[in-house]
Amino acid sequence: MLKFLLSRLLTFVPTFIGVTLISFSFIRLLPGDPIIVMAGERGVSAERYAELQAQFGFDRPLVIQYWDYMTGVLRGDLGTSFVTKKPVFEEFFALFPATLELSICAMIFAVVLGLPAGIIAAINRGKLFDRALMSTALVGYSMPIFWWALLMIIVFSGWLGWTPVSGRISLLFYFDDVTGFMLIDSLLSGQAGAFRSAAVHLILPTIVLGTIPLAVIARQTRSAMLEVLSEDYIRTARAKGLPPNRVTFIHALRNALIPVVTVVGLLVGTLLGGAILTESIFSWPGIGKWMLDSIYRRDYPVVQGGLLLIAVMVMIVNLTVDVLYGLINPKIRKA
Amino acid sequence: MALLEVRNLSVDFATTSGTFRAVDGFDLTLEPGDITAVVGESGSGKSVAFLAMMGLLPWTATITSDVMTFDGSDLRGITPKQRRRIIGKDMSMIFQEPMTSLNPCYTVGFQIKEALRIHLGMDRNARQARAVELFEQVGIPAPETRLSAFPHQMSGGMNQRVMIAMAIACKPKLLIADEPTTALDVTIQAQILELLTSLQEETGMALVLITHDMGVVAETADRVSVQYAGQKVEQQAVVPLFNTPHHPYTAALLAALPERATTKHLPTIPGVVPGQFDRPKGCLFSPRCAMATDLCRTTPPPVAGPELGVARCHYPINVPVEQDA
Repeated sequence: MLKFLLSRLLTFVPTFIGVTLISFSFIRLLPGDPIIVMAGERGVSAERYAELQAQFGFDRPLVIQYWDYMTGVLRGDLGTSFVTKKPVFEEFFALFPATLELSICAMIFAVVLGLPAGIIAAINRGKLFDRALMSTALVGYSMPIFWWALLMIIVFSGWLGWTPVSGRISLLFYFDDVTGFMLIDSLLSGQAGAFRSAAVHLILPTIVLGTIPLAVIARQTRSAMLEVLSEDYIRTARAKGLPPNRVTFIHALRNALIPVVTVVGLLVGTLLGGAILTESIFSWPGIGKWMLDSIYRRDYPVVQGGLLLIAVMVMIVNLTVDVLYGLINPKIRKA
Repeated sequence: MALLEVRNLSVDFATTSGTFRAVDGFDLTLEPGDITAVVGESGSGKSVAFLAMMGLLPWTATITSDVMTFDGSDLRGITPKQRRRIIGKDMSMIFQEPMTSLNPCYTVGFQIKEALRIHLGMDRNARQARAVELFEQVGIPAPETRLSAFPHQMSGGMNQRVMIAMAIACKPKLLIADEPTTALDVTIQAQILELLTSLQEETGMALVLITHDMGVVAETADRVSVQYAGQKVEQQAVVPLFNTPHHPYTAALLAALPERATTKHLPTIPGVVPGQFDRPKGCLFSPRCAMATDLCRTTPPPVAGPELGVARCHYPINVPVEQDA
């Protein structure tokens, strides 16, 4: 197991270099100059421009700039934002918990509903529930997120008044960050109603962000279950006289989980990159919005550092998925 | 009383292009301790008939029969729950592909003990002891360590032994072996057949051997039922069947045995078993039969008497096969 983990960690190195190379070059390929953007409407004099170029090192060859950047990264220094003058690392981890909290809630929502729905649909293949679920899933999958989010806000926040429109917690509450997760921090603060407020703020973003994963997981679970249910070993299990629930949940589900876990891993990867639409609509202070703004501002260090950190998170998720494969199916277990 | 009695069993599959009759009027009577072989080519409905008795067919199958009793219980009107008390316990089945018939996610020990717990309600220690005993019985070396192996860590032959151990775990009265040796190496085939017959002798259970291999039949069975395109075409005890086959199909199968070949080229039966769309009007075997006449091509044949092996033929053969020494 240790050997497997180490060999997997080694494969991180080329991915890591690839990500830095791509983020470094692509943001520079974009038209627009960070100094001009920073200067804004007032403009900047030629001398000041040259001075700033020297300060940020833009006057040196790209290769040297990349070398400087990489040596910084290896020392754990991702640079400082042009705009806020704060270290990228610090900014990222100030915002990341919000994204992580929302992603986790959305994935729990998607898995808790999607997995059983897919299983039930597979067992009742071709029947009413199956057809209804698969059409609903198709609608869920193809629905534009912004439209779905606005619809939810209109119905649940506007007409019914059940949920707040945006933000992470009601302005009535204030407490210091401990973990960065509002649900946990609100409990730790001990303020009455704080947890409730945080939870209520999470509901709509969770549903909106979890809708596509829910549809994907339900469809994937269904097709994986259908495939497994036609396997020979399922016939063997039934020939043993096992009750249907045991055949489904003990014998079939575990085998069907492999493709489902793959999909969940990929979805978590995309969610961790920050859900730009969902975060923008609900004013959720996560990294999706932060990255988008940084691209507009040509804030090179933030874009580079942010992408790198997101890539690391995705790599960690992939590694977890690989380990899970082995736990689920011993045939895939590495020596 | 017969252990298993089946009269006029038919199985229809609903397909997108209409219904397909996979089994057509299957009859079988088994006494306790019988060894019966059911022989036929691929697509002759032999497996489907037994899967129907086990209740393992998909929902697209419609099963009809006049009689279908096992050990005193009527298998036709039985609830799924009642059936689960019989299958895997008194009536069990092993399959063709041992490598895919075991669940890759669980140890073979887990898969054996599961049946012991469900049917016999044994506790942990009793299950372990019985599982070791079963592994010894089917000839798996080092049973204690093998119990914690996964199917992919063992060979096909070993996996088939596991399947057999699982099938006989609850001391069944009937074991149905569906082509148990087809997927195995020739050397292993003989071992598995020997194991099955010796287990049958030890336990006195009835054994049904579904196969397309006449050689397997000769080595193991007492009685033989020959299936063609969903119908039983002949049934005899094994020795008379090999000496005097009454149906041309049986005769052709026997002639195709390499050890019976008298010419340089091995005789074959031209063509394939008819499917859903090319079912002949008269005798189902007529398009491939060397002796077919116009009568065979237009009129379904009657079933001959027991003296002619209940052959489904207009012109049953009644001459012994010439054999060299």
